[in-house]
Amino acid sequence: MIRAWLGPIPPRARILLLIVLVLLLAAPWFVDTYVLSVLIIVLYVAYMGQAWNIMMGFAGLLSIGHALYFGIGAYTGAVLYMNFGVSPWIGMIAGGLLAAVAGAIIGALGFRFRITGVYFALLTIAFAEFARILMDNFAYTGASGGFFIKLGDPHAFDLWNLRGSPVMFYYLWLAFVIGALLLCRGLLSSRLGYFWLAIREDQEAAQALGINVFRYKMGAVVLSAALTAVGGVIYAFYNNNLFPATTFNVGRSVEMLLGATIGGVGTLMGPIVGAFILTPMGEGLTILVQPLQQGGLHLDGIKQVFYGLAVIAIVVFQRRGVWPWLARLFHLESRRDDRS
Amino acid sequence: MPLDRISRRAVLAGTSAAAITAAMPIGRAVAALPPLKVGVIHPTSGFMALIGQICNRGAAIAPALLEEWGYPKLDIRYGDTETNPDISRAAGNRLIDNGAQILVGAFDSGQTTTLAQAAEQRGIPLMIDIAGAPQITEQGYKFVFRNFPRAPDIVGGALTVHKQIFAVSGKVPDKCVCLYRNDTYGNAIKKALDAMIPKFNMPYKVVEFIAYDPQARDLSVEVAKAKSTGAEFVLAVSVANDAILLTREMVKQRWLPWAIAAAGPGWYDQSYRKALGKLGNYPISTVPWQDPTKARTKEVLATLAKKFPGQAVDSSTMYTFEALLIVADAYKRAGSAAPQALAEALRHTELPAKDTITIGNPKGIFFDAKGQVNGIPMAGIQNLDGEPKVVLPIGSAEAKLVFPQPAWQGRA
Amino acid sequence: MLDVYLNQIVSGVLTGLVYGLSALGLSVIFGVCRIINFAHGEMMVVGMYLALMLFRWAGLDPLLSIPIVGGVLFAAGYALQGGLINRLIGVPEHMQFIMLAALAIVIVSSCLMIFGPDLQNAPLSYAYDSYQIGPILVDKVKIMAGGAALVVAALLAAFFRWTYLGKAIRACGDNLTGAVVIGLNVKRLYALAFGIGAGCIGVAGCILLLLVDVQPYLATDYTLLAFVIVIVGGLGSLAGALIAGVLIGVSEAVAGLLVQPSLKSVFSFALLILVLLLRPQGLFGRQA
Repeated sequence: MIRAWLGPIPPRARILLLIVLVLLLAAPWFVDTYVLSVLIIVLYVAYMGQAWNIMMGFAGLLSIGHALYFGIGAYTGAVLYMNFGVSPWIGMIAGGLLAAVAGAIIGALGFRFRITGVYFALLTIAFAEFARILMDNFAYTGASGGFFIKLGDPHAFDLWNLRGSPVMFYYLWLAFVIGALLLCRGLLSSRLGYFWLAIREDQEAAQALGINVFRYKMGAVVLSAALTAVGGVIYAFYNNNLFPATTFNVGRSVEMLLGATIGGVGTLMGPIVGAFILTPMGEGLTILVQPLQQGGLHLDGIKQVFYGLAVIAIVVFQRRGVWPWLARLFHLESRRDDRS
Repeated sequence: MPLDRISRRAVLAGTSAAAITAAMPIGRAVAALPPLKVGVIHPTSGFMALIGQICNRGAAIAPALLEEWGYPKLDIRYGDTETNPDISRAAGNRLIDNGAQILVGAFDSGQTTTLAQAAEQRGIPLMIDIAGAPQITEQGYKFVFRNFPRAPDIVGGALTVHKQIFAVSGKVPDKCVCLYRNDTYGNAIKKALDAMIPKFNMPYKVVEFIAYDPQARDLSVEVAKAKSTGAEFVLAVSVANDAILLTREMVKQRWLPWAIAAAGPGWYDQSYRKALGKLGNYPISTVPWQDPTKARTKEVLATLAKKFPGQAVDSSTMYTFEALLIVADAYKRAGSAAPQALAEALRHTELPAKDTITIGNPKGIFFDAKGQVNGIPMAGIQNLDGEPKVVLPIGSAEAKLVFPQPAWQGRA
Repeated sequence: MLDVYLNQIVSGVLTGLVYGLSALGLSVIFGVCRIINFAHGEMMVVGMYLALMLFRWAGLDPLLSIPIVGGVLFAAGYALQGGLINRLIGVPEHMQFIMLAALAIVIVSSCLMIFGPDLQNAPLSYAYDSYQIGPILVDKVKIMAGGAALVVAALLAAFFRWTYLGKAIRACGDNLTGAVVIGLNVKRLYALAFGIGAGCIGVAGCILLLLVDVQPYLATDYTLLAFVIVIVGGLGSLAGALIAGVLIGVSEAVAGLLVQPSLKSVFSFALLILVLLLRPQGLFGRQA
């Protein structure tokens, strides 16, 4: 089975993948806490990008409101743990189900009323903003003041309650990123993957062939929403605090799709590559700009200027995403060239 | 690598300290201590950038002045919360990774809560200079300390001052309307008000609580709603930006409440007074304040005037300075920068009142088991002639209270 | 109580006209160039800052700066279209979005660096004046702002209806292939359309300075608001954008009175969702 999965990947890519994997597994031993926290952000962005990519890449629906599912997952997991003593793993299932329902509603509305493209994107933003404003006023979860998870022992390794050190969370995120990668690869290699490819290439032809476009598109939407919610739970337990203004906002949605878009929408490695480019870039700029900020208070914002310009440059020069270009450059594409 | 930079600095500091000890008869223990690496974190960009920069003025003058007073040297590094609770925790972690041995911050309750979590998780002490939400010191944290009143204390002090206002002026309002920011601090004050107004037997009834979006660009609806209640007394929880918007709307809608009583920042800020001119006079803020009669306060004010000429002094600057004073005092007693030692030293702080900057507890600065300073009285500060003046309690008054306020039209 | 509502409705109408004007600019860009301009709010903020500077340096009332600010933003939009946005034609929507979102970040942060984070405003001599007409109390600035917005919108409508250029631009938006076939210089017209849209947004910013203080982070709210208005009003309909703007302005005002003011934006988004579901072409748009 592993051979079947690895089959299409050329030997070069296999070795590279192995090296990266080993480095990532060993990282906590030879990096300091700061770099570790940056790596955790990279993995979080990579995972979220993968989840988002399922909806965009497989169903072709642009969602700029994924923060909705993220928030649903995060708050569900947190509230179940703090108020009912339920493990976050159960919370992930609960949050995932709720988010799936939300995604199903939004997806169904989109299909039923034939809303596509930018209109659909605006619909997703509207739902997310709606949720944000409601949560800002919802006293049960702390309203705008935020919801807090009680801190555990920082040296523990409580996987059941997700109470532990950053190292534990690092491996957790790594496991989820790899898991999502395997899941997507598995799905794409299956019949489902072929249906999705057909729908993406020519929706009408696919429909004519008898493929139930609605069902498979909805499948992608629901899966994407559920996976995003699961990530939300892990995020909530890592950060230990949730505010509607930073959980459901457009900025959060953009953060989730930026990596995948830069890396390459619809590709397997795109979201991961995008995350590895963007996050270190952002952190690097912050560090570079720090000496300026110590004294010159008026240069606040310079990091964001460079960040924005860099993103524009990437989009202008690599409109299909960085990963396809890298893959071509280093001959890493798999034999089915749109899947790698 | 940051680590190399720090060790070199420490070595340099240590050597020079040794040299100084040899040359001058200053207290040996003080001169031998290497500078304490303090991370000062405030919002210096984003929506609250202005007040964050004001807080940092207190940190800018602290090391030199504190050293003059015989405290050990502080090496201050700055962090920016970007007015965002997530970034606040990241900033804290980054400072700790770069060697900060103690943190000070962060002004806003939401941003301070996440910072406190980060500090507690890393086992590095956090000295909260300003933040009113009570839950921050109710978590059982061992590394978090706060020299600022909590929302219930602020509300208790406010209600006391309100009674004094009515007693002094002889006018008692029937109805009060509360306009508050829908954020962590605003909600904390509202909760405290709900609990304490009945206990205090206030003569007015709060007919309506109106929450507004902290990011609001237009508060005309809120003011219209408040005006329609017919309330004579307005209780406001804002920051400077909202305060300006609210006042402008009141003028345009021709609504003159007897007074705007603020239980928080904003209404006495320089930016408020500058933006509104004469229309910015007469709000009464019940807030913790600096004590202008204390010797050290006078020195701080003089130093600030020299370093930041033309900038009015904000109590936030003073509270940040006082937080650093507490830190320096703790370091002196601890004799070591180890987090446990610092935390223990902080826990046993006993700064006599005469050595502090703010009005504070008359017995001085000392922390309870939760790391909280109690018994901080609120002063009644009224904007008069474009300057914030202490009007209550009568004993400490610098100027005479004006209540109710005169019409808008006469002033501008 | 009735006069409170009446006042709010009047206020909402006037403010709504300004929102509608900003949405007009977006409608032109969206309708003709099919670009999702997520840097809309940011362009408006640039317009506000320009008006502010003109006020500070030359004592120019923001309403008098309209031609200047409009012109500057037109030129900027024209150049931007040619230089950057042009490369986005035909590119998938998510790339467009990212590009413009990144542009928005660049603009906001540049404003932050140049102007600082504080709220700034143009203290006009009539800033606190209000008129009382029966039970209605209206700010003078709101009347001026609403009036200016109406005038500019009318001028724009006239341009698109009666001038050759206007009709040519509309042709590009209505039927691109047709436009190419009859020999229109589509590239130049696109740039013109983007420029006009940008200029319109800049003018809206000028006028908005009368009502609201400017700071770099103001932008996001206005981008979303403009999109809501354009969708509700209907693509391609100038009158629709204005009317939808008024509708949103009034609904926010009334909603704030009916329920907690901190919930007032919920109504705009609810309206957007309803319109998208029930009448996606908007209230006045043509059938998709």
